[in-house]
Amino acid sequence: MSVNLKILRYSPKEGKRYDTFEVPYQRWTTVLDALLYVKAYVDHSLALRYSCRMASCGSCGMLINGKPRLACYTKISELNSNEIICEPLPNFPIIRDLATNFDRFFTNHKNMMPYIINEKTDRKMDDIHREFIQKPDEVEKYLQFSYCIKCGLCYAACPTTAMDKEFPGPQALAQMYRYMIDSRDQASRKRLEIIDNRHGIWRCHFAGSCSNVCPKGVDPALGIQLLRSYLLGFSKKGEEKAVLYISSH
Amino acid sequence: MKENREGIKGWLRPYKYGLPRFAYWLQRWTGVGLLVYFIAHVIETSNIVNGKIAWDKMLELTQTTQGHIILTLVIGMCVFHAANGVRLYFAEGGKGLGKAGRPEYPYNPLSLNNKMKACIWVSIALAALAMMYGASILFGE
Amino acid sequence: MRESNIMKIHYITGISAIILVAIHIMFRLIMPYGASLEYENVIANYKNLPYTIVLELVLVTVAIHGFNGLRIILIELRQGRVWEKSMTWLCIIGAASIIAYGTRTIILASLTGEV
Ligand code: SF4
Ligand code: FES
Repeated sequence: MSVNLKILRYSPKEGKRYDTFEVPYQRWTTVLDALLYVKAYVDHSLALRYSCRMASCGSCGMLINGKPRLACYTKISELNSNEIICEPLPNFPIIRDLATNFDRFFTNHKNMMPYIINEKTDRKMDDIHREFIQKPDEVEKYLQFSYCIKCGLCYAACPTTAMDKEFPGPQALAQMYRYMIDSRDQASRKRLEIIDNRHGIWRCHFAGSCSNVCPKGVDPALGIQLLRSYLLGFSKKGEEKAVLYISSH
Repeated sequence: MKENREGIKGWLRPYKYGLPRFAYWLQRWTGVGLLVYFIAHVIETSNIVNGKIAWDKMLELTQTTQGHIILTLVIGMCVFHAANGVRLYFAEGGKGLGKAGRPEYPYNPLSLNNKMKACIWVSIALAALAMMYGASILFGE
Repeated sequence: MRESNIMKIHYITGISAIILVAIHIMFRLIMPYGASLEYENVIANYKNLPYTIVLELVLVTVAIHGFNGLRIILIELRQGRVWEKSMTWLCIIGAASIIAYGTRTIILASLTGEV
């Protein structure tokens, strides 16, 4: 069995063009396998990013037959087509071929303060071992959002990010919810302030495209709407509830 | 390459990402359409202050087949925008989406649940019904 | 104004508009549609104070909701201080003028035949 792999090639000097390669495949061949076949045997100059080959690192996101997907997580056989078109993720600047620049995406993520803010976790007294005790239902509130691998597929699918470059995007907003809802976190007020601006959370109109493409079941759209319910006053979160457990070594 | 944003094309694409994306697209267009109609309507009806002759002239201009078709469309846009808008109020307030938990393969997103999809279909159906009712009154005379 | 407050207004005006517009349309349906549009009947509508209040409220809520919607679309379309500022003002002026113009109609129509 073989399939035509049509790849968008781009370099700052030469601009864009498409190259097509015929690639053999089996039932279990992934698009990433096919791309690596091209790179190994046909055209070494093909640029792409990947690492884990098992949907864990989030490096291999690209537009496959028009939809943002992970190349390592998409089998050629499941696409039911004898032409596979690979293009770089939209809404990200292209570096070369299928490799895109994630700077802005990561900056948006960092702007959300993606860490727990709690003064009791001050590490000055190192001889003391501290740990927060969380109940399973407290964990379940944020667990699925913590599965995000920062692959950027949601950012490529969102209709708002397609136009609005100041919008943090579904990934960042869902992460904001992940930390805000954590019972160890004390910074809900500050967090809500960060996203409550002209290009913040309100530019989400719940088109759900992010959740439609997320490969990890994060459901960023859910996180965003739940986060918004706090801004609208439908939901309330008290300050951190997790119990601090202290023991000396 | 500087931005490579999808731009207008990505913004206006109603397909590829399921029904909620289509609803988003419809909500936008019906909103714009209704705003245009609203402005036109305020201007058109201001003729009432110019006396009966001006008013009747305006009616003559608008109570035509084209006028009725436009009005039928406006009814549909209005009902869809309102019904889908109510769904969005609930959803954006975090209601009707379900509770976050432990996602399992194949990861059907909770927020794109059948309740939400049903509400979108109901909004479309209501709009269609209202259009039929409206058309029957407008054209029935 | 904080964006969350603007959006709360957006939600509230939206919900109110649904109810108010429903009343407004009902006034076209309590008698045969054609008859309801006859000059005398329309003027009579304007002389009915509660209904003129409804009309004025429709005007205000829909204008605010509609022009804010337009503002949202416009600032998603392009970013930048100058653009966003001017679009915001454009929408505020748009809403204010349509409200002013509609209010003029309502006041003048309700005074018809009295001056
Ligand atoms: S939310 Fe999902 S699609 Fe978005 S970056 Fe995280 S894992 Fe990828
Ligand atoms: S290579 Fe790591 S997610 Fe695909």
